Amino acid sequence: MSRRDWLKLGGAGVAGLSGASILALARRGGAAAALESAGVQDAVHSPQELAQLRMGVFGDHPPGDGFDPVAFLTDFDYGKVSRDSTGRTVREYEMVSVDREIEVAPGVWFPAWTYNGRVPGPTLRCTEGDLLRVDFSNAGSHPHTVHFHGTHPPRMDGVFPIVDPGERFTYEFEAKPFGLHPYHCHAIPLKRHIHKGLYGALIVDPPGGRSPAREMIMVMNGFDTNFDGENEIYAVNTAAFYYQTHPIRVGVGQPVRIYLVNMTEFDPINSLHLHAGMFRYYRTGTRLDQFDLTDTIMLCQGERGIIELELENPGLHMVHAHQSEFAELGWMSFLDAVPQLAADDGVPVHRYG
Amino acid sequence: MPSPSWPPTTACRCTVMADTGPGGGGRRLALGLAPLVLLGALVALFLYLDPTSVLRAGFPPVEELTIERVTLPEPGVMRVHVVNGGPEPVTVAQVMVDEAYWQHEVDGERTIPRLGRSEITLNYPWVEGEPHEIVLVTSTGLTFAHEVEVAIQSPQPSGKFLAIFALLGIYVGLVPVLIGLLWYPFLREVSRRWLHFFLSLTIGLLIFLGADALHEALETAAVVPAAFQGVGLIVLGAFGSFLALRAFATARRHDRDARAADSPADRLRLAYLIALGIGLHNLGEGLAIGSAYAVGEIALGSFLVIGFALHNTTEGLAIVAPVAADRPPLRNLLAMGAIAGLPTILGTWIGGFSYSPIAATLFLAIGAGAILEVVYEIAHAGFSLGLVVMYGTALLVVA
Repeated sequence: MSRRDWLKLGGAGVAGLSGASILALARRGGAAAALESAGVQDAVHSPQELAQLRMGVFGDHPPGDGFDPVAFLTDFDYGKVSRDSTGRTVREYEMVSVDREIEVAPGVWFPAWTYNGRVPGPTLRCTEGDLLRVDFSNAGSHPHTVHFHGTHPPRMDGVFPIVDPGERFTYEFEAKPFGLHPYHCHAIPLKRHIHKGLYGALIVDPPGGRSPAREMIMVMNGFDTNFDGENEIYAVNTAAFYYQTHPIRVGVGQPVRIYLVNMTEFDPINSLHLHAGMFRYYRTGTRLDQFDLTDTIMLCQGERGIIELELENPGLHMVHAHQSEFAELGWMSFLDAVPQLAADDGVPVHRYG
Repeated sequence: MPSPSWPPTTACRCTVMADTGPGGGGRRLALGLAPLVLLGALVALFLYLDPTSVLRAGFPPVEELTIERVTLPEPGVMRVHVVNGGPEPVTVAQVMVDEAYWQHEVDGERTIPRLGRSEITLNYPWVEGEPHEIVLVTSTGLTFAHEVEVAIQSPQPSGKFLAIFALLGIYVGLVPVLIGLLWYPFLREVSRRWLHFFLSLTIGLLIFLGADALHEALETAAVVPAAFQGVGLIVLGAFGSFLALRAFATARRHDRDARAADSPADRLRLAYLIALGIGLHNLGEGLAIGSAYAVGEIALGSFLVIGFALHNTTEGLAIVAPVAADRPPLRNLLAMGAIAGLPTILGTWIGGFSYSPIAATLFLAIGAGAILEVVYEIAHAGFSLGLVVMYGTALLVVA
């Protein structure tokens, strides 16, 4: 069966049902195409099968606010690099808080507070021991800060001073310990400042780096669109169901590393569950030698960790919150394992040094 | 001050006309129109200057969606009927069922204009006998919810269901009324004093039915979209039917002003009025039964049907009480029974197949007004246009 046949079937068999998303899946069926050439048929899902998954939002997006969830996965900000007199690496970052509407599900707009115009904010990346200078200016309508998790002087902790609209403050500290650390606004009321979108991730690589892998950032978040104190939408990286209709392409048997941060508000915990495979989970990412082999992890608010995996079999591997409610409200995605995926195809391979 | 006389006689109207001098007509017309012209100028000025724009800036539009009803036409299918009762158009961006986003189809545009309607179809595997919650998420992230209390397959307008509902209407409406009419021979035998007792009883029954219909109307009015003003509908429906019946009754009486007010023909007419009032009430009752069954709110057990039947038997008594002293032909009695009882069937059909809180509120209010007018007729005792005008103009001020 050719891909064109699939598309036809997709069009006829599921017309008007969940046509848009299924077609999007079929169109992006990289695994399917590769498997055809490899002569493997039974390992992939047909559009008819996928049509049975009727859950999901209406319509297919990239968000209309310019945010690209696929690009965001691998968009790491290393800052402006220089060296100080001792030869230490200095990284300078610019962060601006801006009020703007973002599209959190197709057609649903949310009045967000953002760092650099997007939610989550930029994924800052550095190596343990680097000197970080984060120049924060507040172009929003309310006072904000940037509070980093990690070890640093309390003065640089982003609780004091509160940065008023129009003001700026430079956070300067040494990046440590290595691992994965969230950052978020710490102005009060905390709950509102965080759930409106002021959060992101800081990746501190160990000296010497980690092994090469297809690396990506996933920030679990939620949106209380009607401001009733409960989330109407859940996602990783904001766009509900986006990676369900646009599966993340990785290679069969190739190492994958996911930096996972939980910035969900209102719900005490969030979770991640991988289908058809297991992964190594490094809690907080601060140890290289201790991990858990599992397929389901639970993270409380602000908790984070690093996932390493190799998918043995080709095809779509579901990844979602194991709280079914969160999954069906948007925190639902696929890893699409493609045989013999070229290094420059799919999620890029990250090499250190 | 002249003594109040109602209705005003032709003679007194002539007196008023005679007061105006020559050329008074044009002046009066100008005086009458002046406020309207000023009002027009004000509206034009308001639209031109738009002074409320300062209040509007920065605020999201007020959105007001109402899910009128959810039907379950077949297993695995849900149909959501939505009305926009707010001041601004509303865009339905997503649909959630039981806290899960679900693929769906919108009949027509996703943006529903002010006072517009839309139908949303979902392929959702609803579970018989269990509750389901449907939530619409608009483009601004606001949510509008509706609960299906007990999921059962909605009756479709097929011959089978038409017949079932007709039978239901006959059970709870027609048969009890006809049985009640069988009190006629008994009433003919009782003394005049006892007849007065039964007439009083009739008034009591009717007042109960009127209050009952009004109560039901107020309940359904609560779910009527704001722009359609549930309570306004009740006032319109109740006073409208009250005044319509009143006008009908007085017009007929004027034809025979000279005759005795209490002739057998008058009493028969009164009985017909009672039958009509009860019929309108039973239409509302049928609506309630049909819709409650359709949306799974009641399982129509035997007890409920028996209850309604007992309740409605008294209505027959109310109809025949005024004519007990006379000998109306049997066909008259049957006709009155039909007028009072048959609307129940119509009500169950409407309620079962195309329930709308707006129509239900109006029908119930009409029933209440009709009943109360009949009470007035038994007990003996031109602002309807004003009500219509106030309701019509109030459509424009909902915000």
